[in-house]
Amino acid sequence: MRELEYPFDAGYLIKKKAQIKKSLLVEGTTFLEKKVAILGGSTTAEVKNMLELFLLNFGIRPSFYESEYNKFFEDGMFDNPALKEFAPDVIYIHTTSRNIISWPKATDSSEAAKAIANETYERFEELWNSLKEKYNCPVIQNNFEYPTYRLLGNADAVFPGGGVNFVNKLNALFTEYACSHENFYIHDINYEAACFGLDKWADALYWCMYKYAMTLEAIPQCAFGVARIIKAVFGKNKKALSLDLDNTLWGGVIGDDGADNIEIGQETPMAQGYHEFQKYLKRQEEIGVVLSVNSKNNEDTAKTGLERPDSVLKLDDFASFKANWNNKDYNLIETAKELNLLPESFVFVDDNPAERELVRENVKGVSVPEMDGIENYIRTLDRSGFFEVIALSKDDAKRAEMYRENAERMKAAANFADYGEYLKSLNMKAEIDAFAPEYMARIAQLTNKSNQFNLTTLRLSQSEIGEFALSSEYITLYGKLEDKFGDNGVVSVAIGKKVGDEVQIILWLMSCRVLKRDMEYAMMNEFVRRCAEKGALTVKGFYYPTEKNAMVKDFYSLFGFKKVSEDGAGNTAWEVGTEEYKPKEVCIEISGR
Amino acid sequence: MAREEIVAKLEEIFKDVFDTDDIKLEDSTTAADVDGWDSLMHITLIGVIEDEFGIKFPMKDIVGMKNVGQLIDKIAELA
Repeated sequence: MRELEYPFDAGYLIKKKAQIKKSLLVEGTTFLEKKVAILGGSTTAEVKNMLELFLLNFGIRPSFYESEYNKFFEDGMFDNPALKEFAPDVIYIHTTSRNIISWPKATDSSEAAKAIANETYERFEELWNSLKEKYNCPVIQNNFEYPTYRLLGNADAVFPGGGVNFVNKLNALFTEYACSHENFYIHDINYEAACFGLDKWADALYWCMYKYAMTLEAIPQCAFGVARIIKAVFGKNKKALSLDLDNTLWGGVIGDDGADNIEIGQETPMAQGYHEFQKYLKRQEEIGVVLSVNSKNNEDTAKTGLERPDSVLKLDDFASFKANWNNKDYNLIETAKELNLLPESFVFVDDNPAERELVRENVKGVSVPEMDGIENYIRTLDRSGFFEVIALSKDDAKRAEMYRENAERMKAAANFADYGEYLKSLNMKAEIDAFAPEYMARIAQLTNKSNQFNLTTLRLSQSEIGEFALSSEYITLYGKLEDKFGDNGVVSVAIGKKVGDEVQIILWLMSCRVLKRDMEYAMMNEFVRRCAEKGALTVKGFYYPTEKNAMVKDFYSLFGFKKVSEDGAGNTAWEVGTEEYKPKEVCIEISGR
Repeated sequence: MAREEIVAKLEEIFKDVFDTDDIKLEDSTTAADVDGWDSLMHITLIGVIEDEFGIKFPMKDIVGMKNVGQLIDKIAELA
């Protein structure tokens, strides 16, 4: 819903929240149900309301547990049957600088101030450890915003007893914890308050009257920040940018002006603006965002723009390049198919309002930010939080490269009349083994973002995955695939649960970028072998239909499983005996870790 | 701003905030007369009124308001 996208009107959201909520629920979308516990150090009523709206807009329907006013510490530290029963999927600790109990005195020495900072920090650390032990779910923690006044003026940031200095110290300690603990995320209200304007963010009236640590007007911004992290944790991030060229990546119309006359580089103010935007996109690519071109142009002409030496982005940076005269909604859907992504995983970036409207109308779930004025492009994309990062794996940095390699594979495939010959020519090597520590982050990421080649769409946190890996009740398997064009990294994940003499496959997924490479056969061979080794007589697989996983509806029949049940919703169960399973031949050289 | 004008605008705000079509404001109306007007909704209400009328109530005035009549007086004074 447009009203809930950046830049939103805070006053409007607060006034119309009841109506907005109704219309979000009416639209007939399927939601991911999640239980969110808010542990507050101040009043959280409106924080909860706003968080609900933003999450609904991200496709997540939350139910809430709210701590009593300022009981965040007690609620998390001590036995709490109500919270235990609620069994949160995520915990959000909404504390602010108002919850800093002791501040250093202005005259305190560096050691004294450090000791006070450690004391405050340790109280929080105790809380986080307790939450991890009791609830073992993702925790989101606000850091601290700067204080509302500076007793020491500018020296407040310098002297050991200064308030600004103290907040910096505490935030550094929080950061350190976040860097060394999985499943723990900092919500950076310090940055948000700065963007918003600290005086507008924190107002003594709201604290004294209502015990709100921030103004009503600032709450949507805060809630949006939290919603961004939650949707990223539960796999609702966008994955790709679909980019227009003329007046989006450079100034001017290349078909009319020619490559020499478009504005890009350092020479003019407009050129500089586009240069900075291209640099921002290049950096997005480096964190794993897929770039694609969607432009109305002649292909050859369009390419000359990217061939300019002062163009930051080169043809190589794009996983897909569509410069033609088709409608852009059509191009976007074609690009999605080509890259094995869903259209809704795209953000469409175009300066032309008519094109934006067309794509918005015709491609369900795609995000289409308002791009007005090159000087605002970066801020609009950045503040929208489409690609909120919760972890960076080596794969993310290499994603663009992988798509390039895929393009080369497609070219290579075209040279073979026989697909089997082509597969052989790839010299594929797979590493298939039980979950190993170095791949946990990637495995967690895959379970949370794979939608299409995913039989049960079971979403798991990294800590749950860690538990499965250690348990003797479970058979876990990851598959990593490499070929002569490059390394695809971990691309397939499976988990089986041993129940008597049966193994039930509770999770089976594969990245779509290795479709039709025999990888699923290699995985199943090894999986069934391990089941037999564990003494299982049968392997049972399940298919739970979603809007997105129709491609694997008959997955198990490929392996000789027999359908044993089907309910009205299309959920099916399949079985094969470990003895009767016939290993498939594959063109992959298999090894363990 | 005339009182009638303020009342009309206030009724629209109340309808949005309390999500109802059934609002009639009198000078003597208090929180007890409106379904859902609790202390938390009061915060929202004041915030939305400030936003819509483009005003900012001083804290001492929010604390002192007893009924809708006094609220209207204050808005008339500030807007």
